Amino acid sequence: MNPAPSIVFFTTASGAGYGLLFWLGVLRPLGWGGGAASSLGATAVVLALALVTAGLLSSLAHLGNPQRAWRALSQWRSSWLSREGVAAVLTYPPALLFLLALWFGWPAVAAVAGPLAAAGAAATIYCTAMIYASIKPVRQWRHPLVVPGYFAMAAFSGAALLAALAAGWDAGRLLPVPAALAALGGLAAIGLKFAYWRAVDAGMPGPTRESATGLGAIGRVRPLDPPHTEQNYLLREMGFRVARKHAARLRQIALWAGFAAPAVLALLALAGAPAAPLLSLGALLALLGVLVERWLMFAEATHTVMLYYR
Amino acid sequence: MTSLPDRPAGAKKLGLVIDLDTCVGCQACATNCKEWNASGHSAPLPDFKPYSAGAEGVWFNRVHSYEAGEGEQGRTVHFPRSCLHCETPACVTVCPTGASYKRAEDGIVLVNAETCIGCGLCAWACPYGAREMDEDSGVMKKCTLCIDRIYNETIPEAQRQPACVITCPTRARHFGDLGDPDSAVSQLVARRGGQDLMPELGYGPVNKYLQPRERSSALTEAKPVEDAPTPMDIPNPLLRWMDRVLSR
Ligand code: SF4
Ligand code: SF4
Repeated sequence: MNPAPSIVFFTTASGAGYGLLFWLGVLRPLGWGGGAASSLGATAVVLALALVTAGLLSSLAHLGNPQRAWRALSQWRSSWLSREGVAAVLTYPPALLFLLALWFGWPAVAAVAGPLAAAGAAATIYCTAMIYASIKPVRQWRHPLVVPGYFAMAAFSGAALLAALAAGWDAGRLLPVPAALAALGGLAAIGLKFAYWRAVDAGMPGPTRESATGLGAIGRVRPLDPPHTEQNYLLREMGFRVARKHAARLRQIALWAGFAAPAVLALLALAGAPAAPLLSLGALLALLGVLVERWLMFAEATHTVMLYYR
Repeated sequence: MTSLPDRPAGAKKLGLVIDLDTCVGCQACATNCKEWNASGHSAPLPDFKPYSAGAEGVWFNRVHSYEAGEGEQGRTVHFPRSCLHCETPACVTVCPTGASYKRAEDGIVLVNAETCIGCGLCAWACPYGAREMDEDSGVMKKCTLCIDRIYNETIPEAQRQPACVITCPTRARHFGDLGDPDSAVSQLVARRGGQDLMPELGYGPVNKYLQPRERSSALTEAKPVEDAPTPMDIPNPLLRWMDRVLSR
């Protein structure tokens, strides 16, 4: 499948934004980041909403008719894409209220708006993941680890961002919780993606050229003449292929530079090393890792229509 | 509305039956489809760089050719591919806007070009590659089963057939109601064991494909005529004459 830059950027940026919003919405009512550090919370929510909004705008750029995007909110009964849109829109009011509560110091309001915003963030990520997980013609997206993978990426990159921000407030006293979350998130990301890639490489069952043409009774089916000699939309959208050796290298980059390194940096910061530079680097690497993982999620996915072509 | 309509058993299911035994891969169906639909219900079907290298465009029907089987059973099969107007099409249910829909009255799957946002999700959800984006106007296009021919009272009744069906020179394409077990197309499917494509995905395609007929064993077992000795294979003219006389 074609890794369209607008979509890869969208899931990376909005995933990190929702992850950040989620952690803050959960942690703040538990008493984390209050008192002298209350401006940290407001800053984090602003960053989260900026990332989410940039991602959503970028996903609009993917549309043939972006001016009609509002129509996409109508079919939530059947469509995960529509549900994602509705969840994204419904997450804004509690998130903005949460921001106001943190800004003006209304702890009681924050205690309600925070968890609501966190729930909205989780729901939106679930819908995004289900858009992919429900596409039957793409066997790699049907794997049961795809949805947990989306949650892990968002939780990991959100925690890495929160840890980087926390390093700049209150002499680093708020660090331990988000840094530990980032380290755990990195580990979870490694475990999940490792298992997922192993499963995908082992080959997943799915339709064959014989079942796609119904000619299996005669024997093996080989393409002879293509229906067209030039490109078309299908080949561009579904025919994208990444060389195996590039994919292998990118997987290593995502696993070690993108997931393991930020986890190690977070552990170093917890052990007392200078936190601000380490955690900022960690957050950048985490975002890079998620970006590479998202790109591979598309580039390594194969669509059944390609059975007809080659 | 992109939820699927409630359709009782026995409801009308308009569709095609494609005979892979007689299709000769001439591309007439694809060409006539393009010709009709370029100005039909889902017009236009844009072409990009039509007169130079890299020419491409939107087509509703694409004819592939395959080799199937090995040795004496091996053969070339031409394979037209278009929308199968599935009974449970995810291309409809994934659509966020309601632009992609299945008609309750005859099961035809259509796109409303006025409300489609061009997200492309329906093309991902179609296993058969039956949807192509019109990248000029940013909306999805697909086979309409020639909805503007089959119900068109301004053309002679005999022509109220999809453009691909009416043009096929070998009569490899048939159109009719596959929901009615007594219709000519249903009878044909029953007689020839018509098949679904990728039935394992559960889309319930309405269009059926008739497989190439079994080769009769008389054909595959017949020896090439050159193998049988002819009188000219006997070099000695006397023996050749005797052979001719004795074989009378
Ligand atoms: S063939 Fe594809 S486009 Fe046509 S109804 Fe089935 S899933 Fe939808
Ligand atoms: S491209 Fe159009 S018809 Fe297809 S899912 Fe998107 S809005 Fe619906």
